[in-house]
Amino acid sequence: MKSLIHRQRKPADAFAAVILWVMAMAVSFVFVWIVFSIVAGGLSSISREFLTKPPEFSGRSGGISTVLVSTAVILMICLGAAVPLGIATALFLSEFTGNDEWFGRLVRRSLDVLAGVPSIVFGLFGSVFFCRVLGMGYSLIAGGLTLACMVLPIFIRSAEAGLRAVPEEYRSTAAALGISRRAVIFRLILPAAVPGLISGLILSLGRAAAETAALLYTSGYVDRMPESVFDSGRSLTVHIYDLAMNVPGGNSHAYGSALVLVVLLLIINGAATWIGEHGLRRRLIRS
Amino acid sequence: MKFETYSSSRESCCDREACAPVLSASDLSLFYGRKAAFRGVNLDIHEGCITALVGPSGCGKSSFLQSLNRLTDLIPACRIEGTVTCCGKDIHEPATDLIALRRRVGLIFQKPSPLPFSIRRNLDFPLREHGFTDRGEREAKMESALRDVCLWDEVKERLDSPATSLSGGQQQRLCIARALALEPQVLLLDEPCSALDPISSGAVEDLIADLRNRFTVVVVTHNLAQARRIADDVAFFWVKENAGRLIEHGPAEAIFSDPENELTRAYIAGLRG
Ligand SMILES: Nc1ncnc2c1ncn2[C@@H]1O[C@H](COP(=O)(O)OP(=O)(O)O)[C@@H](O)[C@H]1O
Ligand SMILES: [Mg+2]
Repeated sequence: MKSLIHRQRKPADAFAAVILWVMAMAVSFVFVWIVFSIVAGGLSSISREFLTKPPEFSGRSGGISTVLVSTAVILMICLGAAVPLGIATALFLSEFTGNDEWFGRLVRRSLDVLAGVPSIVFGLFGSVFFCRVLGMGYSLIAGGLTLACMVLPIFIRSAEAGLRAVPEEYRSTAAALGISRRAVIFRLILPAAVPGLISGLILSLGRAAAETAALLYTSGYVDRMPESVFDSGRSLTVHIYDLAMNVPGGNSHAYGSALVLVVLLLIINGAATWIGEHGLRRRLIRS
Repeated sequence: MKFETYSSSRESCCDREACAPVLSASDLSLFYGRKAAFRGVNLDIHEGCITALVGPSGCGKSSFLQSLNRLTDLIPACRIEGTVTCCGKDIHEPATDLIALRRRVGLIFQKPSPLPFSIRRNLDFPLREHGFTDRGEREAKMESALRDVCLWDEVKERLDSPATSLSGGQQQRLCIARALALEPQVLLLDEPCSALDPISSGAVEDLIADLRNRFTVVVVTHNLAQARRIADDVAFFWVKENAGRLIEHGPAEAIFSDPENELTRAYIAGLRG
């Protein structure tokens, strides 16, 4: 009898391999095509002035400096609210509630539902709650906080996964040495979870930077330079949307802005990874 | 209730009648959910002695060891019945200072468990958390603990490299040093040699033998020859009716030469387990 290992490959196997290969190629092709069209359409608009001048004629000419500033402010407000709140909640879920306690289960289930809620619903909530009830009006802070609500579920769940990935041994070892719960959390578990927290952060920042719908009716689309966080301001995505949909002749600058957005996302991703790997990990081993 | 930290000026007393036991379990049972890990254990741990816990796998030796410094508290489903006293005080009293208890009764796991820090910080971190604010003092304690486990000369050049870069045997000795640096009164060791190669295992065994009289040691071991070499007292566990039981305990020479119980006799003769 021939051994199983050396059996001939069946035709069905070869067929499946071809199908999978074609699918993989199709996905790669779509991705390459998107990047290529953005680069091809946007490269001609990119210049020093494009990044440093405010928009003119509704963005047909001029640059995107004010839009970049508004985007940065919105993202910083979003992170400033989401990161501390998110890490605290994730710590609560991973360190203070068991996997099968009803309260933890309830919180987790709610977060998973919230993560699937369309962003426009968050926008609606933000425009009612932050803009009207809290009286912030169309403003960068209302937009940033709305985005924080939107990314919190994803951030919390991935931060929790990062915290749970810290080996249980570390907790029992530290407990056996009589180290307090507080020190175990802040000096051992949080630092050890940094890579997981960073990847959650990247995911959330990506979602926030790419968001349009939730910002349309919270931070608005005024394209002037914001003077405070209570001013309305236009994010990059809203700018792209406006140029593409409402401004005849705005296409080339829409592509230019899209290219800037894509590069920005890549930079955020790279920077966060680098910080996670080099900065924080190393400090953990040393100090 | 407060546990004072242990002072090193102490007479050795392996005399079982003369002094009260350091740790004493009475009618102690432990359950994981509804399953009993062990039941009805009565055992005194005598000061300055090495007590070996022997018995087949699954008879509750690790669980018993971890119940002695309430490390089992970490397992939500775990429930304890009966009492454990440490120097006459019930450790399950609500007022118990867990941090002081665990400092006083240190525990070494079967698998070497360095924390994800440098070698230096593995010792420095617990010391700092226990209130040694003076850096020089911590360094001195670190050096003397590492010398105690004969690791100093091997690592003094590389204190800042990750503890995980050490070999298994070195890691286990580092873990013992880390516990010794806190000056515990009792050291609980859960099969400290079983994950190690024979040479490292021998080194750790010699180290444990050296700890006699300076510390009270409770060591779980599968290796009867090792128990015979180092133990003053031996406690023999066995599974009966789905739960671990303490079958017999007493001075090592008595247990090894003339055990009272049939099971013990068979186990020691290598017939079962
Ligand atoms: N965390 C746990 N949860 C549930 N059951 C456990 C746990 N730890 C140990 N047990 C069970 O308790 C019994 C005793 O285990 P253990 O104390 O590890 O024995 P030993 O160290 O003598 O091998 C075993 O039947 C084991 O399956
Ligand atoms: Mg065990």
